[in-house]
Amino acid sequence: MSNPSALLEETAAAAAESAGILGGAGERNADLPAWFREQQRAAWIEFQNLPLPTIKDQAWRFSNVKALDLAPFHLPNEKPTDAKRRELLERSAELEETSGRLIFADDRVLERDALADNWRAAGVIFQPLERAIIEHEDLFRRHFMTQPATLGSAKFAALHQAFVRSGTFLYVPRGIEIDLPLETFHWLGGENVAIFPHTLLVAEEFSKVTLVEHFRSADRNRAGFSCGVNDLVVGAGAKVTYICTQDWSDRALSIQINATTVARDASALNLHLALGGNYSRMESLSRLIGEGARSDMLAVSVGEGAQEFDARTLQDHASPHTYSDLLFKNALNDRARNTFGGLIRVEPHAHFTDAYQKVRNLLLSDDAEANSMPGLEILADNVKCSHGATSGQLDDDEMFYLLARGISKTVARQLLVGGFLNEVLSRLTNPVLVAKLEELIAGKFARRAR
Amino acid sequence: MVKETTALDIERNIGNFAYPETHTHDAGVGLTEKTIHYISDVKQDPDWVRKFRLNALRVFQGKPMPTHWASKDLEAIVFDNIRYYLSGGVQPKRNWEDVPDDVKRTFERLGIPEQERKFLAGVEAQFDSEAVYSNIKKAVGEQGVIFVGSADGLKNHPEIFRKWFGKVIPTGDNKFSALNSAVFSGGSFIYVPPGVKVKHPLQAYFRINAENFGQFERTLIIVDEGAELTYMEGCTAPKFNTATLHSAVVELVALKGAKIQYITVQNWSNNVFNLVTKRGLAHENAEVKWIDCNIGSRLTMKYPGVVMKGRKARGEVISIALAGDGQHQDTGAKMVHAADETTSNIISKSISIGTGRATYRGLVHVPKHLKNCKNNTECDALLISTNSRTDTYPAITVRGTGNAVQHEASVSQVSAEQIFYMQQRGLTKAQAMSLSVNGFVNDLVRQFPMEYSVELKRLIELEMEGSVG
Repeated sequence: MSNPSALLEETAAAAAESAGILGGAGERNADLPAWFREQQRAAWIEFQNLPLPTIKDQAWRFSNVKALDLAPFHLPNEKPTDAKRRELLERSAELEETSGRLIFADDRVLERDALADNWRAAGVIFQPLERAIIEHEDLFRRHFMTQPATLGSAKFAALHQAFVRSGTFLYVPRGIEIDLPLETFHWLGGENVAIFPHTLLVAEEFSKVTLVEHFRSADRNRAGFSCGVNDLVVGAGAKVTYICTQDWSDRALSIQINATTVARDASALNLHLALGGNYSRMESLSRLIGEGARSDMLAVSVGEGAQEFDARTLQDHASPHTYSDLLFKNALNDRARNTFGGLIRVEPHAHFTDAYQKVRNLLLSDDAEANSMPGLEILADNVKCSHGATSGQLDDDEMFYLLARGISKTVARQLLVGGFLNEVLSRLTNPVLVAKLEELIAGKFARRAR
Repeated sequence: MVKETTALDIERNIGNFAYPETHTHDAGVGLTEKTIHYISDVKQDPDWVRKFRLNALRVFQGKPMPTHWASKDLEAIVFDNIRYYLSGGVQPKRNWEDVPDDVKRTFERLGIPEQERKFLAGVEAQFDSEAVYSNIKKAVGEQGVIFVGSADGLKNHPEIFRKWFGKVIPTGDNKFSALNSAVFSGGSFIYVPPGVKVKHPLQAYFRINAENFGQFERTLIIVDEGAELTYMEGCTAPKFNTATLHSAVVELVALKGAKIQYITVQNWSNNVFNLVTKRGLAHENAEVKWIDCNIGSRLTMKYPGVVMKGRKARGEVISIALAGDGQHQDTGAKMVHAADETTSNIISKSISIGTGRATYRGLVHVPKHLKNCKNNTECDALLISTNSRTDTYPAITVRGTGNAVQHEASVSQVSAEQIFYMQQRGLTKAQAMSLSVNGFVNDLVRQFPMEYSVELKRLIELEMEGSVG
């Protein structure tokens, strides 16, 4: 693989001249429709009016809010060079077989129209946001940014809306079951560049789809900022699997805001794999709005160095006979910090709810820190709810067993940590996806070993 | 459905009375520096106490209400409408015969004397803000145990009192600990000398008897090396029309190898704001155990804590909360591990009935470079009615390897099968529910001294009767 940093030098130099994002979006989206830009202007005002979070906000308790300094970040300005483009395209393949692929670098599409013909013929839409805004205005508008950001990042959701210009729009019509996963890549390129990746997935009744998104830095040594929103709208009886893998540079700041709405008899499975970033916050809201709805919320994080992962979740049961299950596992090495703040909320009248929430922290060093705030708010009865949080370390006996068989300490630790995290990955039924996620985790271990 | 009240040997309105107010010292309503000076003058506070109070008043005024995380109901407290000091003008009495008759009647209706006196080593009963009755059995006094009102403690035992007063819970800990520090009166001071194991529990009863009157008692208990003490505190209050405020501060110090067990049964009337700060400091090998039962009040916010400061210190909180119609029991525990090999245990069970809301709020903190610390937390909630509510908000911080922390919580309702089974055998639905709920908390209730556990079971039965049928 060639050295990507040299290719990006040019972009970085050009970008350094542009103003920071705190100066506003300016004429960034001059090519987009007026209604969209009007919303963006309103969002910018909202962003400016909302206060920055402080540690006193419950939603930011334990968070390193000092990491939220946005002043250094600016918009990417130049188009990537052909060489850079080729290089990133080459690096943008994780799954061997997909039904389609979209690749973005610094909020620009590198490759599009990658959807297989048969699905296009069936009415599936899988295209960059800026095209969907124009070509499918009604459909897009109906769902775009309609979910509230209630888990602390309302300000950043507003920032996202003020700046967003690209991302993925995926629409699956009624009854269509897409067998192979769709895949996207978002690359963060130049130094201190800010990107605003957006994903809007609308699965109509009885449809089925799997979307795998990869968020990465082109250069592991560059700082950057990603402020993303991904909204999933799961129609009655539909089945959506959404996987997000995040492997930013260790100097990146990222905030990812998810909202998933699950209608009657539908099911959604969210899996978030967090490997990179300096400070990475993930907010995930699952709203179960129809009877028989089910949501599985899964996450794995592997923290090293001074990395901080911050996850806030809400399992919102707004209808009776709904089911949700959350399982988050975090392995923490060096000075890594993890904060989990989760809430199960069972609304009045949402009787016969089953809701579960489990967070497990594995502390691998004396300076690692795990904060857990598993919460319950139950306003209905006839519910089955439980939550659990544990923090512990590797089992000495297991370690001894492996060492006694001649396995090196490093490998033994990797095996044990891998085993610990595997419980989450094995909730996926597709073995190809499990293998891919294991490979990404192994990649992080390998980087450490070097 | 016919209520089975008659089957129980207890009167539902037993706490529902009030006597004419005859207070000789009354600080009036509202809280200013004048109020503080008035209290200090009447109580003949030493100078350092007056300064302490004035400083606390500034801290209190500077702190916002904690409504960013706590119930908005706190906003219903109008500090300007509260009387911060009342006293019957009587000195604490040691002789039962000297206690005024109407006060005696109050206690008799509560069932304190006679049958319970023999169980108790001493009674420190608090009527409004001053202790009016104080009696320690001769045997306890001879062992060198000091059991007096806090005013008496700070005047006559300053060498012990001052050393620990405000050290476990600093004035600025929270808005209400600051309020208490400014206007405190009443409460107990106990010192148990090294090696003394107090056999019988010491006990104090608290009552509020003046409308709109906040009670701000301050308790400080120091148990010296290797000594042991059980302290019980229970309260009922007559019912009033306007809200009253109760904001106590309780500090416990368990020196090396000491054991303290602090038992509370809280049954304020349903218009009382009960905002209490309780914390224990456990030195090496010491043990602090809070057994806390909350049945009454409009809003209770109370999170008994233990700071485990010495190696192998232990902390425990056993919590039972019963939230009936219109009540919010916001209870929990704080466990701060500050030394190696410290262990803590939190067991919380709550029951929400009608529109009641029970909240568990917990904090477990294990800082870095500690070894072999353990915490176990279990929270179980039982929901009785369709509009009941329960919440759980734990916050757990663990740094480093070598510690084990686990938290589990569950929410459930009374099993329909159990109820059906019992009704098949001729029990009414109310009886069946009451049995089932008592079964839910039984393993915790058993940890209370006998007379308390009997009282608790009866209170649960009473609550259940009103909620079913």
